[in-house]
Amino acid sequence: MSTADLVEPRSAKLLIAGGDGVVRHLPRAALASLFSSGDLVVANDAATLPASLKGIHDPSGQSMEIRLAAWTSAGDPTQFLAIAFGPGDHRTRTEDRPSPPPLSPGDRLTLGPLAAIIGELLEHPRFLRLHFLGDRSSILAGLARHGRPIQYAHIKEPLALYDVWTKIAADPTAFEPPSAGFAVDWHTQARWRQRGIGFATITHAAGISSTGDPALDLRLPFDEPYRIPEQTAAAIAQAKARNGRIVAIGTTVVRALESAASADGSVRVGGGVASGRITRGTPLQVVDAILTGIHQPGESHFELLRAFADDVVLNQMSAKISAHRYRNHEFGDSLLVEGHPSLFSERNSKVRWSGSPR
Amino acid sequence: MQTPVNFKQLRIAITGGTSGLGLALVRHLVARGARVAFIARTVRTVDQITNETGAYGIVGDVGRKEDIYPAALQVLGNLGGLDVLINNASSLGPTPLALLADTECEELEQALTVNLLGPFRLTKALLGALAASARAKRGAVVINISSDAAVTPYSGWGAYGASKAALRHLTGIWSEEARAEGISFLSLDPGDMDTPLHALAVPDADPTTLKRPDDAAVKIIESLVAALPSQAIRQTLESA
Repeated sequence: MSTADLVEPRSAKLLIAGGDGVVRHLPRAALASLFSSGDLVVANDAATLPASLKGIHDPSGQSMEIRLAAWTSAGDPTQFLAIAFGPGDHRTRTEDRPSPPPLSPGDRLTLGPLAAIIGELLEHPRFLRLHFLGDRSSILAGLARHGRPIQYAHIKEPLALYDVWTKIAADPTAFEPPSAGFAVDWHTQARWRQRGIGFATITHAAGISSTGDPALDLRLPFDEPYRIPEQTAAAIAQAKARNGRIVAIGTTVVRALESAASADGSVRVGGGVASGRITRGTPLQVVDAILTGIHQPGESHFELLRAFADDVVLNQMSAKISAHRYRNHEFGDSLLVEGHPSLFSERNSKVRWSGSPR
Repeated sequence: MQTPVNFKQLRIAITGGTSGLGLALVRHLVARGARVAFIARTVRTVDQITNETGAYGIVGDVGRKEDIYPAALQVLGNLGGLDVLINNASSLGPTPLALLADTECEELEQALTVNLLGPFRLTKALLGALAASARAKRGAVVINISSDAAVTPYSGWGAYGASKAALRHLTGIWSEEARAEGISFLSLDPGDMDTPLHALAVPDADPTTLKRPDDAAVKIIESLVAALPSQAIRQTLESA
């Protein structure tokens, strides 16, 4: 990726909305000095698959692109839900991409070294179930050799896996990077540790963010499986017992933790599928604050912030994002939104975080 | 070997797993029930060792930057995570061995790329998985295979010795920095072994005077076991 496309992580900016409603600017490097002893930061350690595969539709001989979009069985690479595109690549906006040739169940695709069969079309000519031929190991080898990260027209240079794996990437299950995690480097984790702030991970298979088709986009997000390790659930319980705050790195973490939340605020260990949208009025059982990328009203990620802060605060943030030219792509700047105390009135009274760097 | 470690739970990646010490490690660890993935350059030998051992064979060259993340993807996808990384693949530099004054810059560069940058890149790519393993109390260990040439300046071993010395020091610094993450780093010198690499370096060596790779592998596995059960991280070792 060219340096012009990439926000140098050390120069990235952070816009913070505190629980007191005050909105302010910090360099993102200041993340290391935020939060308080006893708080717990939870991040998504999913690594990103090279989920864009160019190839040929064998029956017609036409070239096309397949974007793997969701698991049909978590972690089983022999079968995926996928979106088909016609010829071309990421430099054309997805909504302007030509259609693929007409596809039918049973059609064979040659995707570089991989061979795949269309299982069925899912009520849309470009949305399908795809079966790869071969065993797990050979499919992973084929993906590793031939696949490219899914990317969009705002970044022209081709991305490598290196560009889309966060520092903590551990489990190759995401279709697009859990990009809020780009803000968390090892130095930041070390500083948190020194300051008594816990760090834990979940794995959430972040799905694709755009299909290029309005009807299909309405079906997003597809089911996204997640897994919550025992140690993470225990760390959450421990932090809550000490009135510590739970800070989610990214919307995927909010969705997974809230989806796994019990009424008492504890979190179920193990796998699940995040379902349901989080938006204004959604009660948050587990998460107190969220670090995310820069989004604007109307985007689903921004709508999720309405569960954390009221319109006055979010409008202020929006205005500052525009005025101060925050960079809004997945490699851009960050937002930290602390939940307003009134949103958690049903929870036990908690020590609020001051939000001040220390 | 009596050990409290349940090898069946262990997920291990080894570079250079198709000959010499790497192959011996693959065989021994698979025999003990570990889940093993190995990375090597040649399709034919990777397939052969995969068929022989049942380990996951991954074709890749640690000396090629472009191969690192695709290899990491396959390691993690096949093993479902990673507890132990053994950076074993090595390049001798110029063969036959050459005085530094006769060593081409590109030959030194190549030795550094394979012996220093390769392990550095692969470790970085897999560090998130190793840290996840440490958080899950499974233990997380990186073993970088060293050499006495990393410590003693032998004439003729300039490219190899300098690259291994740098790797040894890098391992020490990793060890300091990653201790708090719960990841152990060990630099282990297996000694002079009867391997293809040694034969390239010293073609007229008497094989009977050299250690068998199998014996060296057993020693390394003992060091690994010693590093695993305790979450208190051990100091970097340099064992004979």
